Amino acid sequence: MTALGSYLHRHPRLRLAGLLSAPLLWLVVAYLGALAVLLVSAFWTVNGFTGETVREFSLANFRTILTEEVYRAVTLRSIGVAAAVTAICVVVAVPMAFFMAKVASARSRHWLVIAILTPLWASYLVKAYAWRILFANGGPVDTLLGGPGRGPGYGLFATVVVLSYLWLPYMILPIYAGLERLPDSLLEASADLGARAGRTFRAIVLPILVPAVFAGSIFTFSLSLGDYITVQIVGGKTQLLGNVVYANIGAANNLPFAAAIATIPVLVMVIYLVAVRRSGALEQL
Amino acid sequence: MTDTSTPAIRLTGLRKSFGGVEAVAGIDLEIADGEFFSMLGPSGSGKTTVLRMIAGFELPTAGTVELGGRDVTRLAPFERDVNTVFQDYALFPHLTVMENVEYGLKVRRVPRRERRVRAEEALAKVRLAGFGDRKPAEMSGGQRQRVALARALVNQPKVLLLDEPLGALDRKLREQMQVELKAIQREAGITFVFVTHDQDEALTMSDRVAVFEHGRIAQVGKPEAVYEKPASSFVAGFVGTSNVFSGDTAKALFHREGAFSVRPEKILLTADGEAEAGTPGTVAEVIYAGPVTRYVVDLDAGGRVVVVAQNRHNGAPLAARAQRVRLSWLDDHVVEIPPNDKETANA
Repeated sequence: MTALGSYLHRHPRLRLAGLLSAPLLWLVVAYLGALAVLLVSAFWTVNGFTGETVREFSLANFRTILTEEVYRAVTLRSIGVAAAVTAICVVVAVPMAFFMAKVASARSRHWLVIAILTPLWASYLVKAYAWRILFANGGPVDTLLGGPGRGPGYGLFATVVVLSYLWLPYMILPIYAGLERLPDSLLEASADLGARAGRTFRAIVLPILVPAVFAGSIFTFSLSLGDYITVQIVGGKTQLLGNVVYANIGAANNLPFAAAIATIPVLVMVIYLVAVRRSGALEQL
Repeated sequence: MTDTSTPAIRLTGLRKSFGGVEAVAGIDLEIADGEFFSMLGPSGSGKTTVLRMIAGFELPTAGTVELGGRDVTRLAPFERDVNTVFQDYALFPHLTVMENVEYGLKVRRVPRRERRVRAEEALAKVRLAGFGDRKPAEMSGGQRQRVALARALVNQPKVLLLDEPLGALDRKLREQMQVELKAIQREAGITFVFVTHDQDEALTMSDRVAVFEHGRIAQVGKPEAVYEKPASSFVAGFVGTSNVFSGDTAKALFHREGAFSVRPEKILLTADGEAEAGTPGTVAEVIYAGPVTRYVVDLDAGGRVVVVAQNRHNGAPLAARAQRVRLSWLDDHVVEIPPNDKETANA
């Protein structure tokens, strides 16, 4: 054992290999491998008569996606939903995180963090079905608005609300962490130099929070873009990229076309990440 | 500094409690216009809390704060004509040095051109001309300290509050900044309120010093007065080193009841045999400290005394450990400490 230890000590590269081989194997085979298969199969087609996959290179799937109006609409709708969810999460999370980090006492802060984290332990499905009951025809939301049929019901609106609810903790936590790192003296200095609370918030707090907001938005945006369960449960007839992929895997049995659609959110996220990177926010994380 | 002029700051019956703990327990104080005023005290003595109440970051539990004759007790920080230099400098990390300095002017809607000119002047005053485009993270501790100073001074406040601004600097830089701060204050004619726990700092720079103890002012006066005539044993002990004699030792030495203080540098130490007069004792410890050597002497009459002597003779000590010595001092250098100041203060 000692011999091995000292041998490894003399060979730092070997040590590094021992440390990283397992995670690298996972990353390359399971993660990048799956992505590669996805990309390759997106160029295959399905034989319309036999239902068998034709493993030959073809741009047919992408031609369909680009030419047919419905797919463009689904893509834009999905991006719109992800953007709306992200915006709602930011608007709700910033004051909440600010209260937790700067106003609440140390003890209530502790409980608030727990309160934010516990919903993450509950099953995603349970939470989505709870919202299904809330939005049901004649359900609590309807009652609150004056009777059956008065509420928004299942659809795009309910999807955005439920997704915002589900991903809110992923926005609160990075913003909270960012605010905790922000010394109180910066807020005092701003007030000392003549700025009112609103000015301090806009000129000092928000700019410093930008990296944290971007970090949170990467979660809320990508999770919303890929979601297919919530939209099935509370979305009514709404079609988003996620459930279009799901429908092509299941009912339509067209795996290559599902793969081709699945490349859309991947591409959107890559563009989003490049944009965030360009803004310089990632360096400050 | 005449009696008729309105003081820059007047604190009346100022108190502050944090959850039942009294941090500031009744402060009455007037600080004159253009004065360099230091608040000196150990940590937890309430000096920073008083500063924060003057700035408006804390609301007093009782009492009033007046700035230039105007009651500002309930006003927010942005409504007060004071600026603060924070202990951690509190520079805005996402703004450049120039933007940091301009911030106060921008908030007060000073036109862009004037803003730039004044900010550049302020940076030049703290010898940071040409550093405007840097980010605070790219500056050294001493430079950041000076940016914080420029950011406060550029607003030309009536009063500048400094919360242990030199605490994070190394000794050499600190001494250099002490001289610079004093010069800047003299030039600008602004009232400085300087919080520190460093007695050297308070004594070197201030026109007057207030010594804080348990949320109260134990003594306020010119540095010489506070040092030479300490009003309590606490002040004598906190400001400089002091030998306080009380009880039987005091009776034996001064033939009177009471407490007496003699500064270590006022005591003359001679080896026994060289002098006939003086108080006899035995050297317990010899501590060489460069320019001076400290001797700890156990008196025959009881009690321990510290004596400081300059090293004029190649650092050769005046006496060695366990050697018999005699100590003498002038009657003028004996300060009688008023009898139990604490009991009256706590009444």
